[in-house]
Amino acid sequence: ASGRGSTEVDGFWDILEERRRTSDLSHALRTFNPQPYKGAPPCSSSELNRAVLESQFLRHVVKEVSAESGEPVEVVRDEASGLLEEMSQNLQLTFIRLLGFSLSKVFKRLFQKILINEEGLNRLQQAIPEHPVILMPNHRSYIDFLVLSYIMFTYDLPIPVIAAGIPLMSMKLIGEIFRRSGAFFIRRAIGDDKLYWALLSEYVRTIVRIGFAPVEFFVEGLRSRTLKSLPPKLGMMHMVLEPFLKGEVYDISLVPISISYDRVLEESLLAHELLGVPKPKETTRGLLKARKILEDDYGSMHVCFGEPLSVRGLAKGTVNRWQYNLVPRDLPAKPSEETLGFVSGVAHLVVRLQEKGMVLSPWSLIATVLLQNPLGMDLDALIQRTCWLRELVEGFGAVLHWTGRSCEVVLSSLSRHHSVVRCEKGRVTLVEEAGASPATPEEGVFRRAAAVLMCASYRNQALHVFVRPALVATAITSPTVTDEDIFAHFQFLQDVFSNEFIFIPGTSHQDFEEGCSSLRKCGAVQVCDQQIRVTEEGKDTIFFLTAVLEPFIQTYQMVFRHLTNEPDQPFTERQYITGVRSSTLKRILSGDVQSFEALSSDVQKNVLSGLVRMGGVTKLKKGVRSEFRVDKTTIGRIADKLGKIYILC
Amino acid sequence: MASIGDGSERQRIAQQRLRVLAGHLRRLGAEERPGVAAQECRAGAGTTEPDDKPPCSVPKRRQDIMKWNGWGYADSKFFFNKKGQGEFTGKRYRLSGLILPSLKDWFEGTFGANLQHKSPAVPSLNTSAVAPPSLNEAFVEELKSTGIPFSHDTEDRVFRAHGHCLHEIFSLRDGRVGRCPDMVVWPNCHNDVVKIVELACKHSVCLIPYGGGTSVSSALECPPEETRSIVSLDTSQMNRILWIDEKNLTAHVEAGIIGQDLERLLNESGYCTGHEPDSMEFSSLGGWVATRASGMKKNIYGNIEDLVVHIKMVTPRGVIEKSCQGPRMSTGPDIHHFILGSEGTLGVVTEVTLKIRPIPEYQKYGSVVFPNFQQGVACLREVAKQRCAPASIRLMDNEQFQFGHALKPQVSSIFTSFLDGLKKFYITKFKGFDPHHLCVATLLFEGDREKVLQHEKLVYDIAAKFGGLAAGEDNGQRGYMLTFVIAYLRDLGMEYYVIGESFETSVPWDRVLDLCRNVKERIVRECKEKGVQFPPLSTCRVTQTYDAGACVYFYFAFNYRGLSDPVHVYEQVEHAAREEILANGGSLSHHHGVGKLRKEWMQETISSVGLGMLKSVKDYLDPNNIFGNRNLL
Repeated sequence: ASGRGSTEVDGFWDILEERRRTSDLSHALRTFNPQPYKGAPPCSSSELNRAVLESQFLRHVVKEVSAESGEPVEVVRDEASGLLEEMSQNLQLTFIRLLGFSLSKVFKRLFQKILINEEGLNRLQQAIPEHPVILMPNHRSYIDFLVLSYIMFTYDLPIPVIAAGIPLMSMKLIGEIFRRSGAFFIRRAIGDDKLYWALLSEYVRTIVRIGFAPVEFFVEGLRSRTLKSLPPKLGMMHMVLEPFLKGEVYDISLVPISISYDRVLEESLLAHELLGVPKPKETTRGLLKARKILEDDYGSMHVCFGEPLSVRGLAKGTVNRWQYNLVPRDLPAKPSEETLGFVSGVAHLVVRLQEKGMVLSPWSLIATVLLQNPLGMDLDALIQRTCWLRELVEGFGAVLHWTGRSCEVVLSSLSRHHSVVRCEKGRVTLVEEAGASPATPEEGVFRRAAAVLMCASYRNQALHVFVRPALVATAITSPTVTDEDIFAHFQFLQDVFSNEFIFIPGTSHQDFEEGCSSLRKCGAVQVCDQQIRVTEEGKDTIFFLTAVLEPFIQTYQMVFRHLTNEPDQPFTERQYITGVRSSTLKRILSGDVQSFEALSSDVQKNVLSGLVRMGGVTKLKKGVRSEFRVDKTTIGRIADKLGKIYILC
Repeated sequence: MASIGDGSERQRIAQQRLRVLAGHLRRLGAEERPGVAAQECRAGAGTTEPDDKPPCSVPKRRQDIMKWNGWGYADSKFFFNKKGQGEFTGKRYRLSGLILPSLKDWFEGTFGANLQHKSPAVPSLNTSAVAPPSLNEAFVEELKSTGIPFSHDTEDRVFRAHGHCLHEIFSLRDGRVGRCPDMVVWPNCHNDVVKIVELACKHSVCLIPYGGGTSVSSALECPPEETRSIVSLDTSQMNRILWIDEKNLTAHVEAGIIGQDLERLLNESGYCTGHEPDSMEFSSLGGWVATRASGMKKNIYGNIEDLVVHIKMVTPRGVIEKSCQGPRMSTGPDIHHFILGSEGTLGVVTEVTLKIRPIPEYQKYGSVVFPNFQQGVACLREVAKQRCAPASIRLMDNEQFQFGHALKPQVSSIFTSFLDGLKKFYITKFKGFDPHHLCVATLLFEGDREKVLQHEKLVYDIAAKFGGLAAGEDNGQRGYMLTFVIAYLRDLGMEYYVIGESFETSVPWDRVLDLCRNVKERIVRECKEKGVQFPPLSTCRVTQTYDAGACVYFYFAFNYRGLSDPVHVYEQVEHAAREEILANGGSLSHHHGVGKLRKEWMQETISSVGLGMLKSVKDYLDPNNIFGNRNLL
């Protein structure tokens, strides 16, 4: 189905193709007459703001806040009104047209193609008039939502209202442009700010209830610096689901959208942010210089609109909506455990579906292969291994954008990613940052790590394909495993890594099944008499899969060891990161740790959240900042168990 | 409004309503006797037919004038004549004998039905298909000695084996009869009931009280698992007004009296109860008490629980009643509330003292058109907030508004049709109402003429604030007529592959709109999912307003051609609709009751402790489950 010989993945369609043939101006000025939900009347941003401010819910919260703070009600109301001004979108068709025109120009220079699945778009078109629609894209680049709005405009669909982070707003002009193209801005770290929460949630709910425009938000919360799916944030998810749970709308359609890039615009920023080292000056300036970006080749991007999910369908048998019967629906109330579980399940499901809708770039496979051969490879070997991997991932059900003959595909990928790899004299190696030779061994490590992490990011785009079979593979090959407890091992690993990879809570049996069946299909294991055996020819696959997990296992073990050796005293997250970083650096220099990925602050933070979840670390609230305290016995136990399952080489 | 200036017209309108309610009995005129006097039960002396019985609109042999497989009087029904025009037969109703030219188009258009595709019922009851009665001989013998009339005639039994749920009527039309009572007894007074209950306890016989047979909750269905002999206790012969107390404005009435007779007899003395459930032509006082009935004019008169002053009920444990008629008491939980809504599971209500009122001087219908349902609900909410609801105020949604129009009789003059056209033009073109969104509220005012006119102005002023336009008395009156003939319409539908039913709920004001929208949509979607080929009729109206909420009534019907088990599909959809109601904060029932149809939700509805309380009452009053209809609990 990957279209061997043909040029595109089945069912995908290049929207830039027409832009290259016809006038961008007439595209921008075309009649735009989308059909909204149930013919909902257009709602101006001031009408919307008024509806929010005058809602029973907000009036109630304003009174509460006023009583708690001692400020007069009017003052609190003015404050609310100001916050809402800061937050609110101001969608204007003229701006959409202007944006449409400029984006046509920019996209044509940046991308060879923007490919979308028409079938998914048709489904979306049908879903919009039926129920309020929530667009839920993954988030890998700043331009994600520009692309989506652009597609909606091109296909005569209502322009979405988009939840964006406030840092975007602070970019003066850009902020205003985004606002007028439908973005509204959310502060980071809202914490306990009751008034802000109330405003935000009522704002979102009102849009969903009225339904004049689809709501778009990134359930991962942030742009993923690692290009790996992030565990979903539940606040916004809960807000958009509430109108259904409270019966204010009949149903809500959630549309998972998977955006995959051959090459991400922000790639050089990614690694530096993860390493926590200052970016080289010229790079920062260079990046912001549109000219330089516009000269580069970013390949194609794929936008895959998933099957709309009916929230009503998902809630059936899961949430008892009677729970909302006894309290006025427009008073603030803590969601029940049941509701929270439902919200979390839905959010995880959406992320999972985003993963499944991804179209993998061949470069992701190449990066995966290269990471397992850190000293570089011969081009031929690389091509061969990449083709082998292609078979494997396609067998696992992934969709791959493989256009043409294998060696051409690999070579064009290598040349597109000249900033990361170099191919000289038939040998492919990672590119380390140019410049004077490193002054200290530490600087050398960071340079090397930057290259590895950039490569790892692209591998991460394919990670979801490997995770389940890789966890099974690790469990099977564990020296301590017996036939009975393969699943127990699997479950343990899943538990440890559930902040690292996306698993839908409560579905480990299905995950295990999926992993096993993938392994069986590719012939790596045989199942007879309920026993799983690695086949002779499967050994290579199993080795490859366990090696995919190895950097993560290594980092986790590294952090466990670090924490159990540290003196017993509470620390902040910042102290933790600094501590782990320097101890990792030491161990890398000493040869104790091989994987440069251990320097990724993302993985380090995931270990911490994982430990909090598993009780190895306790989170103490102390003023605004949280502190952490270590429980060495628990961590020791986890580390011990992990160490027995997987012995690092 | 033409009537305001015209005295004779006014009088005509004032009388009209009363005629609608009681008028179709005038044929008995000559034999009619005022049955109002303080009387003692004489059945104890062994008489089977007390000679002081008032004439009853529904005879003991119901089969003489009632349909055996449909709603109401045998002589009244809708049909399509040879020209394809709708007609309503008989002489009993305002619609009787009239031609309804728009009915066919509405019917075919709404349901995708076709007059060529008929689904006729079996012509008559095949008595041999009914299982022979299983009699408890000892009980029968002793009953004989009391002189209380009884029967095990098949027709008598079949007539008392069902209410009017869709599945019950559908089976009958198909010629299928399930478990029937094994015999029917007709007590003539309270003491007769005491004897019957004693005998039933003594001989272990299952008793199922029967009033007017209008249940829509499967309450009259005989439990198939019942092994004892089942006796239907038909209260219809206990139908006297025993006394009227003009000083306190109360009347003491036997519980078997049916609504129209009660109202007619009281009217003769210048009084009324004002309790007018839509089923009042056939339903009985005892039935109202046993199901917590609600009347159309409850805004003035109250619901049944507000109307009763005293109740006497015979239970296996003995007779329960209060010792005085104080208007309110603080004597622990009100024992009336164990009886109200007990649905025949605890005993038989035999006598009730009710509040009565002088017949109102003046009555006036009205109607208001709103641009959409939301505005209409907002208006009703405001009316409730100001506590100025007329005797009745109901809001029909757009589908029901169109439905109402389908029942417009042929207009008699060109002038009327010209006026109609003008009105339509004014509303849709001049005022810009979308004919596919507008909806109409029907109103009924009652009281002193002066006050009614003031009240009317107040309500119309509120309506105007919500974009409502006064739309005349005629529309209002037609709206109310609809409630009396709707059940007949279902029989028409069943002749052409269309089945349907109504159900109701009560819900807080802030959820009315959401509940209406979600339930209607759920019905449409469930039908589609279950393979119904044509979009169903899914419509609702707000029929009662309260301080804290409203009563909502749904009509749901669909064309079942192509379905192998239409009743099952119907039941699945109704079940889903009820789930939706409950999930949207609606109640299990506002006035239809629980019966067996809605039992499964009782525990969630009143909590398991609540259910336990009710069960313990049942266990105390009726430990051997003599009243074994298995409703409610």
